[in-house]
Amino acid sequence: MSILLSDDFTFIVQGITGREAVNLTRECLDYGSKIVGGVTPGRKGREVHGVPVFDTVAQAVENHGEEIDGSVVTVPPAFTKDAVFEAILNDIKLIVIVTERIPRGDVAEMVQLASLRGARIIGPNCLGLIAPGVGKMGGIGGPARDAAKAYAAGPVGVMSRSGGMTTEISSSLTQAGLGVSTAVSIGGDAIIGSTYAELMPYFEADDQTEAIVIYTEPGGRMEAELAEWMAENESRLPIVAFMAGKFMDDEEMKGMSFGHAGTIVEGKEDTATEKIARLESAGIRVVERIDEIPDAVKEKLGVTA
Amino acid sequence: MRFYEFESRRIIELAGIPVTKYGFCKTAAEAREAAAEIGGPVVIKSQVLSGGRMKAGGVKFADSPEEAETHAADILELEINGHMPRGVLVDPKAEVKQEYYAGVVWDTTAKCPLMLFSDMGGIDIEQVAEEHPDHVGQGHLVSALVDPPEFRAKEVIAGAGVSGRALTRATPILTRLARLFRDYDMTLAEINPLAELADGSFVALDAHMEMENEAVGRHEQLLREHLEIAPDDTRETYEPSEFERNVAAIDAADHRGVIQGRDHGFTGNLGLVIGAGGGSLTLTDAVRSQGGKPANYSEIGGNPSVAKACGLAKQVLEKEGVEKIAVMMSIVSNTRVDIVARGVIKACLELGRDPAETIAIFRIPGAWEEEGFKILERYGVEYCDRSVSMWEAAGRAVEKIQGGAA
Repeated sequence: MSILLSDDFTFIVQGITGREAVNLTRECLDYGSKIVGGVTPGRKGREVHGVPVFDTVAQAVENHGEEIDGSVVTVPPAFTKDAVFEAILNDIKLIVIVTERIPRGDVAEMVQLASLRGARIIGPNCLGLIAPGVGKMGGIGGPARDAAKAYAAGPVGVMSRSGGMTTEISSSLTQAGLGVSTAVSIGGDAIIGSTYAELMPYFEADDQTEAIVIYTEPGGRMEAELAEWMAENESRLPIVAFMAGKFMDDEEMKGMSFGHAGTIVEGKEDTATEKIARLESAGIRVVERIDEIPDAVKEKLGVTA
Repeated sequence: MRFYEFESRRIIELAGIPVTKYGFCKTAAEAREAAAEIGGPVVIKSQVLSGGRMKAGGVKFADSPEEAETHAADILELEINGHMPRGVLVDPKAEVKQEYYAGVVWDTTAKCPLMLFSDMGGIDIEQVAEEHPDHVGQGHLVSALVDPPEFRAKEVIAGAGVSGRALTRATPILTRLARLFRDYDMTLAEINPLAELADGSFVALDAHMEMENEAVGRHEQLLREHLEIAPDDTRETYEPSEFERNVAAIDAADHRGVIQGRDHGFTGNLGLVIGAGGGSLTLTDAVRSQGGKPANYSEIGGNPSVAKACGLAKQVLEKEGVEKIAVMMSIVSNTRVDIVARGVIKACLELGRDPAETIAIFRIPGAWEEEGFKILERYGVEYCDRSVSMWEAAGRAVEKIQGGAA
């Protein structure tokens, strides 16, 4: 199996007529995902790669004739909150927000409404998720041919604050003969819909997943939250982590943001050094080099390299 | 976006929180007038975007307008932690009975703002929380979805052990602070100290606000009309370098793709033309951990044009002390390998340098890689695909430049 996605999973793309959305629609369809509609206000009646476009989410649901499982939201930051509210109130349960530069107050509101309605948000500022051989939701991995090259099905769950590094790490797992169960680009902002700790129970319940790899960065408390989750839960899954941005621990880099909006060292708790110590104390193997990940996973799984 | 104290005071004043009658002055003569108008003893405070004002001599007391003028003249000349003041604030010296702290911050784990209150104001709240946790009350806004209710502010104040008139008077202040935090997309809103005066009234004596950069565009009225902040006044934590300004200008000139460049804190000989967000962090570490000295940090993303990739590479190559560049990224799906390859080769040629000598390594696997590798081969540039890890590629670049220097 996989987490969050399945063979018959259906979704829509909000903002489908935008340039990036048109591309990701093509990529997802080619990969075998079931996109049952798109929404761009005022563009009802058009088609994007054969996908019908509607003015409202409600119209897309009505046309489909039953509940739609997910939505990829690609609308500009000023309209994202409204688009996500529309998806949630039309009973969509998995929402991937691709848009970047959304103020965190808006994100907090979206996340709270989602939790009140039993929906889950991935992102914002992310590339979505992919379950190799099952489907992909978002631009993750790029065109279907490239995604197939980087992502083979296997036992490792991947979660990453960087979209590009999700593919880089998954590709190295694929090359090493391990493969990926589901890879989630969780987003690089200070507040995101689903953190490592919040996604752990899904991987925990997934038969296919036998180990987890996380890509982390300085800034925020997400790694501390994962360490706390590990201490409170008897997880069957070994975790291997990689921390990028260690150079940001230097004194002259304090208060500067690199790479992602959420990647900024504000207090002593969110430095790379502090985070590595926390993760290690929770039994998580933190590798020094990016290319050590596959062997560290093999070691944890008891597979000879 | 960080605000000066005089701006933060104006923000809380607009939200209905009482402040003392203060004056913001740009010259010593104005400070003298402000002190005369206030009458009685005053405080002169440096308006600077840096902590540690008091310690650095940026806060002084005066008993007369003449003394205020002298102090203001000194403070206006005083650089604090690398920052010159924007002006001085002249404030009446208040008869304070008790100092409190009121603040609102983001709790990113709970994904909700958190209110804080303490009856030990005037000092750093983190220190109070550590040493006297029973003197700090805290509580989340009920929900990010609704206007902060007054009862939650009351609970937080009661949680700090405060009761009586102080509680009833501080409650609307903390509530208003929480509301303005939400309304204006602040990432930090603090009143410290919040003073209870001899007559029992409350007044904010100092305030510190920061607005999320992503939200600046939707608070034009507050920023431009009420605070009169110029659109180009971005309040960076440091002055951008020539390299950083040039890269930003190249990025702005063409809407295709995104490039960023930083060299604050970097002084090495290996120029980095790297991407994207996470890839750049990983590669910068990989170069440094293997003994390399990066001359800069950069990010390429979103499929930039040949001109943009070329522009970034040229800026990096023209930095003083740069001997070679390393062109590296994590696997790309949107950005095209061949376009970046063309851009960096063009940069070398235009500067009269041999690409094979200048580009220490080219490691960008992914979209259009076959086309890209063909071009690189033609110019004799060493390249590699995904079978060479980011760590190893960085190591090869370091080896080349260290070998060349020896």
